Amino acid sequence: MIRRLSIAMYTLMLASLAASADTPSIEGIDALEARLRTLEASSLALQEQTAATLAALAQAREQIVALQAVVPSAAVASSASAFNPAISIILNGGYAHHSLDSADYALAGFALAGEGGPGAQGLSLGESEISFAANIDEKFYGQVTLAIESEEGEDGVGVEEAYVETTALPDGLTARAGRFFSNIGYLNTHHAHTDAFSNRPLVYQALLGNQYADDGVQLRWIAPTDTYLELGGELMRGQSFPSGGAANAGTGVRTLFAHAGGDVGVEHSWLAGVSVVDARTQAGDDGFNGDNRLYLADFTWKWAPNGNTRDGGVTLRSEYLRDQRDGRYIDPEQGIDTVWEGSRRGAYLEGVWRINRQWDAGYRYDRLWADDDGPYASDVDPVRHNLMLTWRNSEFSLIRLQYSHDVPAPDLRDNAISLQYQTALGAHGAHKF
Amino acid sequence: MPIRSLLLLCLTATLSLPASAKIRVFVCEPEWGALVTELAGDSVDLDVATSALQDVHQIEAKPSLIAKLRRADLLVCSGGGLEAGWLPQLIRQAGNAKVASGNGAFMAVAQVNTLERPSQLDRAAGDLHPEGNPHIQMDPHRVLQVATALTTRLQQVDAANAAVYTQRLADFSSRWSAAILRWQDRAAPLRGRNIVVHHKSWVYLEEWLGLKEIGALEAKPGVPPTSAHLSGLVATTQSSDTLVIVRAAYQDAKASRWLSERTAVPAVSLPLTVGGDERATDLFGLFDSTIDLLLGAIK
Repeated sequence: MIRRLSIAMYTLMLASLAASADTPSIEGIDALEARLRTLEASSLALQEQTAATLAALAQAREQIVALQAVVPSAAVASSASAFNPAISIILNGGYAHHSLDSADYALAGFALAGEGGPGAQGLSLGESEISFAANIDEKFYGQVTLAIESEEGEDGVGVEEAYVETTALPDGLTARAGRFFSNIGYLNTHHAHTDAFSNRPLVYQALLGNQYADDGVQLRWIAPTDTYLELGGELMRGQSFPSGGAANAGTGVRTLFAHAGGDVGVEHSWLAGVSVVDARTQAGDDGFNGDNRLYLADFTWKWAPNGNTRDGGVTLRSEYLRDQRDGRYIDPEQGIDTVWEGSRRGAYLEGVWRINRQWDAGYRYDRLWADDDGPYASDVDPVRHNLMLTWRNSEFSLIRLQYSHDVPAPDLRDNAISLQYQTALGAHGAHKF
Repeated sequence: MPIRSLLLLCLTATLSLPASAKIRVFVCEPEWGALVTELAGDSVDLDVATSALQDVHQIEAKPSLIAKLRRADLLVCSGGGLEAGWLPQLIRQAGNAKVASGNGAFMAVAQVNTLERPSQLDRAAGDLHPEGNPHIQMDPHRVLQVATALTTRLQQVDAANAAVYTQRLADFSSRWSAAILRWQDRAAPLRGRNIVVHHKSWVYLEEWLGLKEIGALEAKPGVPPTSAHLSGLVATTQSSDTLVIVRAAYQDAKASRWLSERTAVPAVSLPLTVGGDERATDLFGLFDSTIDLLLGAIK
């Protein structure tokens, strides 16, 4: 019943619709179309308005952000001290116990020259330093490092480094003048506070007086290659060990160095180098007079998961040094003046395991090969083993425990244990690889 | 004589270098590498120094990076002290005056207004940056500001391609602006939600999306999480209806998992930069992935 009724109604509706269509309301449709068009247009306008509003909002946001950015930088620029150099202070010291009295210490086949020799007994201030660095202008950079040292109760401040370096030479060239650590080898260019161990290897103590720094000029060049390649040379005064006496009218030392390095994948990096030092020497710390030529080879390999070297990984490093003396050994006090011709060698091999961001453990093997002829002739070669454990609180502070077993001469044994603190305050340092 | 043969080697290497009109861009972080790709495409040669799995605070001045910077025409980094431990050393060793200062050195943080500028600088408060928090890449509005400034810089360094850079910036900003509206729409449910972070790398994302940071696994910026500090976070995390514990892809998962197990709040690894997960292959993917991962934590 219901369905039949609804069908009837539907037919009626259709009929009435058809009738109204026949009766000619084309104007009606036109009017409808016109209204539709107006509606469409106004909707489009609305859309455009919305977009414009959003854009204006975004613009206003950027303007606000830009304004906010301007205010603080203006405040910084007005301060004159903003041009002060970056100041960084290294505080270093600790306690060490040596089983051998340092007065009895001797290194078979070698002299204790420069700053070589065992460290202090008991509590002491280590090598603490203050460093100032800044760009001088658009062409020069300058750095001064003053070292505070305490020796046998006497405090002294020494100029460790003070140099000016170019920043605007073309084609990968950099020139430097002043006093600085020679760019030979690996450890020699590094400040002691970046070392993994609390003492320098025996070979550095014996053949470089711990570290060779002098007054001079340096030119170095980085090749425009995918593999890192640095070549350079220095002309130095020749005042400090392994040279001495500022020979050749104050240009006694010439050096040449080459370093190469790169990555193997993401997790491995390497650095290797060869260097030569040619030192005209007058009355050196070890009594040498003549030509001292030193060859150095260095090699570093680092592995770290994902290349995060501060969070884990292993560093292996070795350096090999060989000196060649051609001159005389003169000791005015003893009235000795004899020929000194010969060659001696030394090397170290170290491995440091970065356990995590806070802990390091490492071992270093030191070895020297003495000459069986000449003024320091010895049939026995010095050997030292070093074990260390380091705890870092942050990038800026560490405490290091180290044990060294040293056999420097046939009848001498030195077992040393040291606990060292080392901190960096002030400007955030950026260290070399 | 090893020195002579090395010299010969590098001379031949220099001579055999192909003549290339393209400028070389050295980029510190992957997010700026991706931005350079958006803005310059094939017009430049690009070297990216770090990956998403590395802690950019703690990179070493590796020989390979010195070699790359040596040949760069433009350096693009975050700046703001983020690379203080390695970039100054790279610049000093590379001997490349073009990127040492001036137009060749572009720092993203210097182009925007930063948050968390410390009013007092004291390392006892952790590794603070005087210029403010340098992790600006997680705010798309700031990324757009950097893009505009970087385009101007690219045009100064490489005037020959100026028109290309103008056109590519227009294209990027229209796609980026549309994406920002889309992301804001999608991320609406995140507004007002509480999160715990590993390192303070997320303040710009929080500001943009209205997230609230109620704690950090590092007691002080840059100091690794300690168990005492983590224990102290358990109660706060539990009682605050915390949405998620956030860490970056490069960070150790141990601390955030530890807290997650004790609070039943999910721990999530977010990419933080391009390459930080499979979806974050470019800047758009970085934000798509980040927002979806956060939304995924809503039950």
